[in-house]
Amino acid sequence: MTKYAYFPGCSAHSTGISQTISVDYIAPRLDIELTEIPDWSCCGTSAVKLTNMDMALALPARSLAISERELPGQDVFAPCAGCFQSLKTSAEFSKESDENLAKIKRMIDMPYEASVDVVNVLDVLNTDEAKEALKANMKYRLQGIKVACYYGCALVRPEKICDPDSVENPQVMENLVKIIGGDPIDWPFKVECCGASNHITIPEAGKKLSKNIIENAVDNGADIIVTACPLCWMNLDMREDEINKKFGTNFDIPVYYITELLGAALGGNATEIGLDRHFRPAEGLLTKLVDKDAPLPETEEEKKARLRKEAAAKKAAEKKAAKAAEVAEGADADADGAADAAPATADKKDEVKA
Amino acid sequence: MSRIGVFVCYCGSNIAGTVDVEAVADVARTLPNVVYVETNKYTCSDPGQASIKAAIEEHNIDRVVMGTCSPRMHELTWRKLLSETKVNPYMLEVANLREQVSWVHKDKAEGTAKAIDLIKMAVAKVDRNSALYSVEIPITDRALVIGGGIAGMQAALDIADAGHPVTLVERKPSIGGKMPQLDKTFPTMDCSACICTPKMSEVGNHPLIDVRSYSEVESVSGYVGNFEVTIREKAKYINYDSCTGCGMCETKCPTKVDNEYDLGMSKRKAIYKMFAQAVPSKPVIDAEHCRMLTEGKCGVCEKVCPTHSINYKDEDKLTTETYGAVVLATGYELIDWGKLYGEYGGGSYPDVITGLHFERIVNASGPFEGHIRRPSDQKEPKSVVIVKCVGSRDPNKGVSYCSRACCMYGAKHAHQYLDKVPDGKCYVFYMDVRTPGKGYDEFYMRTKNDGAEYLRGRVSKIYKEGDHYVCLGEDTLSGRQVSVNADMVVLETGMVPAPGSRETAMMCGVQCDLDGWVTEAHPKLRPVETNSAGVYLCGTCQGPKDIPDTVAQAGAAASKVIGLLNKPHIESNPQISHVDESLCCGDGACVDICPYGAIKLIEKEFRENSRKVKRTVANVNQGLCQGCGACTAACRSGAMDLLGFTNEGIMKEVDALCQW
Repeated sequence: MTKYAYFPGCSAHSTGISQTISVDYIAPRLDIELTEIPDWSCCGTSAVKLTNMDMALALPARSLAISERELPGQDVFAPCAGCFQSLKTSAEFSKESDENLAKIKRMIDMPYEASVDVVNVLDVLNTDEAKEALKANMKYRLQGIKVACYYGCALVRPEKICDPDSVENPQVMENLVKIIGGDPIDWPFKVECCGASNHITIPEAGKKLSKNIIENAVDNGADIIVTACPLCWMNLDMREDEINKKFGTNFDIPVYYITELLGAALGGNATEIGLDRHFRPAEGLLTKLVDKDAPLPETEEEKKARLRKEAAAKKAAEKKAAKAAEVAEGADADADGAADAAPATADKKDEVKA
Repeated sequence: MSRIGVFVCYCGSNIAGTVDVEAVADVARTLPNVVYVETNKYTCSDPGQASIKAAIEEHNIDRVVMGTCSPRMHELTWRKLLSETKVNPYMLEVANLREQVSWVHKDKAEGTAKAIDLIKMAVAKVDRNSALYSVEIPITDRALVIGGGIAGMQAALDIADAGHPVTLVERKPSIGGKMPQLDKTFPTMDCSACICTPKMSEVGNHPLIDVRSYSEVESVSGYVGNFEVTIREKAKYINYDSCTGCGMCETKCPTKVDNEYDLGMSKRKAIYKMFAQAVPSKPVIDAEHCRMLTEGKCGVCEKVCPTHSINYKDEDKLTTETYGAVVLATGYELIDWGKLYGEYGGGSYPDVITGLHFERIVNASGPFEGHIRRPSDQKEPKSVVIVKCVGSRDPNKGVSYCSRACCMYGAKHAHQYLDKVPDGKCYVFYMDVRTPGKGYDEFYMRTKNDGAEYLRGRVSKIYKEGDHYVCLGEDTLSGRQVSVNADMVVLETGMVPAPGSRETAMMCGVQCDLDGWVTEAHPKLRPVETNSAGVYLCGTCQGPKDIPDTVAQAGAAASKVIGLLNKPHIESNPQISHVDESLCCGDGACVDICPYGAIKLIEKEFRENSRKVKRTVANVNQGLCQGCGACTAACRSGAMDLLGFTNEGIMKEVDALCQW
């Protein structure tokens, strides 16, 4: 059981409700225990940073100090990518030097040692324990569903704070999707900006950015988009209709949280994992799941190998038949055998074509 | 009792303007052991020097203090002067009254007081000086050049043409370096191979040049005039004495591997010559891929070789020889951009290539025989984006310095592309265009007139969309974001030191800077020397440069080597470290700190308290020690002393400054 101090953030009960519901659903099933930090306060988000940098560091530090006192030894888990970044920026600042820590302590007027680490959804899911639990407890697979894993900015940048496996081509979500049987696509827009708050201040610019991401995912063959940030999710899911209207496009691609996807694989129904709270119909995902133990579809290599084998068998049968016909013209049994073999392989070939 | 003479110079009004020279002289007369003080308007002039000589004779002076300009300026002049008298040239102290007093102070009273202090210190120190004598170090008349690129080849040729034997070590199977890989050279557009390969064969055929291809320097010891160098010749599996280079083996070899010379865009055999004009013009076997050497099966080359020159049992050979001088010419490598620029695909897109790839593509001996094709599908690209400063001038990602040649070869690539694909479009993203050099800016303007579209800004992202690559960037001149669709993207990547060049430099006792470039002794006045006597550098191992600069520097390094090798011996600097063996505890702190590897620990027998004892003590190699004094500061027992700057002498200086 891995224990985390849970920092829900303001989006947990609003735009990010589906993520909250699905996190609540998968946590116990992945051996994760979440305890909400008592009396947590706003992370400061982007608004405070623009007004007062000191306050942007002190606000998250207050919640971190409470967590340190009430839930000692536990990493702080912030499911919202924005909260994660605010909290981690503050934590890293305090860890940087004694002077910085003293400054923060002066501002929050609380005992604080800057001993806590801050983690995001992907960090929590990317542990060996969580992955093992996922493999053990999953009930369904996302067979053949092509998934565009979309990270946005706050989970990977700035590199020093977020410390991702790769800034330009991270693979954490891809690996999780592979575990539950999905087919992650390789696409170049996985860390592009979703438009963030520009959708409110300069909607023209924001819509274009969101459109680029959806378009690129669709062009690269994605069936669904998966994200781990409530803001990204909102900008893609909620605004898909607006984008279609503005650009005359016809996108119809559901957007999920990675936690929802795992929830579905773990057997959650639409309400349990928050699929019914989407703007764009999302329940369809559940109908596409296959049982975990259902036979795996053929891979390309297997298909090739099978076709080769069949072709060889057919050739051998024909040879045998021809030889038999040559040697004993009247031998009915052999001729029947060859006649049986030929239609059987033909059928199989048709199947493959279909 | 010592007899000290003090000579204070006016230096016209240079010193006298801010220092009351006569007041300084008056104080000097009161100092202990000073027997004679003289002032002079121009001490360094002939009459000035004659007057010093006369004073030495007349007053029986045995040590001298010069209150003049910086010792960097005239210390050698004074030494030379003293060597013509009975005074030992090292019984001399120079009080710097010009650069450190008159030129930096405005107030005459302050300046005079400081000048008096400096004279007091110098008098106190010279009183403790002892006579030092230099020894003659013989010089081996043979030079070693490390690196067989255009820099190393030019240096080797210049040295050998002056009549000194040269050994040229190259780690690849052929000399030539990067230059024969290039297609044309800017700004004159002469064929690179056509001007480089004749030099290669000249090197190969020179009676005084011993080319050691496929070899690396294993270790260097010794000092100026006498470097003991061990060279490892990697196993070639070919007997070069009997091989005629007919190439039969290469034709019949069944194993094909990626050709490094074409940067993987073509194939070569496991037994191969790097390229047609390789020198030596004989193949080597790539032991990693040869079937006979990896699996024990095949042996085709042995069967077809008409001279029976294949030897699968060949092994690395080590040879040790003595050299008088070493030239470092280890060259550069292109920065590994794939790791740094994930936003450009990180190396996963086959048509996002480096400038060197482009050189091979456009080259008639390259993978596409000089037709401009892109690597993925061999189609002619109808639009090309060239991105400059990839890795250079970008401390957040790559290196902070400018790689100097990229602006010009970027312009050259644009010109070559537009020349060969007349209906093509070429866009060049740049930060600045830097074209200082003869005919360089004219070349750049010509490329612009050819139709190359120069966009001032950086490329933020390159991604594949269908058949082409989308380059997102900024045009900072119009202040707009731009998106260019390209069939092929050429990244003009920065230069970094060749792998292993730091290790090679360290072997020779030469330092590298933070970026790994070999450090010259003085950036302006000693650009081809290093801080290790007898070790010189040339070409891009010192920093990014183009071919003309490289060749010029190679010639300069060669002239220094010739100057050294022309002498039968050199005089050593006697101001070196000295070990007081009775104090030395043998802990080796001096060995660790010595940047020249001049100190070793040895076991020595001593007589102590009428008994024989064996102790470990430090031992200074007189040829290697450069007199930097690091060991004297590191020595915990105070056994190390720098002759000419003894601990006692320096303490006396401090006393002189503090007591009076």
